[in-house]
Amino acid sequence: MAETMTAEAPGHTPEHHDGEHHTSTGLSNEKLAMWVFLGSECLLFGGLISTYMFNKGRIGPNDVGPEDVFDIPFTSVSSFVLLMSSLTMVFAVSSIARGDLRGNRIWLATTAALGATFVAGQVYEFTAFYSEGLGFTTNLFGSAFYALTGFHGAHVTIGIIMLMSLLVMSMRGNLGPERAETVEIIGLYWHFVDIVWIVIFTIVYLFPQ
Amino acid sequence: MATVTPDSPDTAHAPDEHASGGRHAHPSNWLYVKVAIYLALLTAFEVFTYFETVHGWGDTAIIVMLIIMMLLKFFLVVAFFMHLKFDHPIFWRLFVFGLILAMAVYMVMLTAFRIW
Repeated sequence: MAETMTAEAPGHTPEHHDGEHHTSTGLSNEKLAMWVFLGSECLLFGGLISTYMFNKGRIGPNDVGPEDVFDIPFTSVSSFVLLMSSLTMVFAVSSIARGDLRGNRIWLATTAALGATFVAGQVYEFTAFYSEGLGFTTNLFGSAFYALTGFHGAHVTIGIIMLMSLLVMSMRGNLGPERAETVEIIGLYWHFVDIVWIVIFTIVYLFPQ
Repeated sequence: MATVTPDSPDTAHAPDEHASGGRHAHPSNWLYVKVAIYLALLTAFEVFTYFETVHGWGDTAIIVMLIIMMLLKFFLVVAFFMHLKFDHPIFWRLFVFGLILAMAVYMVMLTAFRIW
């Protein structure tokens, strides 16, 4: 039997019962802020992706290049894992919205575990590339590659920390249906990290070198 | 693409105005599963283009195909998983503004460096 919680938390009255918020726009300020933040993140990752595109061919004749190190089957599996973590994240959002706290905890933990699997894969990949001779300062391709994928990995790690925080809040009884929007906002961040990887995977790994 | 119907008591997904932050109907979990299946299939096609069998198609054709599939995946996640299809249009505009600004700035930069 799923654990449910329907009581409104004391002092937490962000919305009218018709879904409208007590703000001048009638929208949630927190959600609006997250979308503005994600819009600005497009500029950060746009800069890193274009820097990679600019530098990917800048390797010496005997340097290690993308075709020497990339392991597409391995990266495809990690991409699939991250993609599926978006599915478990929407399940976490829908379960908290209907008051299924146990389901919410399971899906939050699953999403964090899938994210951690992706990060572990990235750490393995970096280690393998380094042992094959591609360091951060080996050439411009290496610098651009590690900067781009490293920044993305840092974003995934921050997402995992936020998911674990939600899990701890839920365990302590501080995350009920009245806070469904908090889970939804963290979910937006998580899905953004996923769409950035969709772009990175195609441009960095799959484009013909 | 799949249609979205308002939640009813007999589905496993109750309406949640609290999570809305605006106006949007919530899709069922089955729709999310269908979106995930499309994403998995698109990823499989993308990976397929990496292998030798399609290299005879030429790099330009492969790049165009990859870009189309990437955009499809991007749209599926943003529209359905991030709820932009059902949410208030201002969220869509805010995100697209940042996206277009980033693309414009960096296309100009890459053109200035004659990367094409």
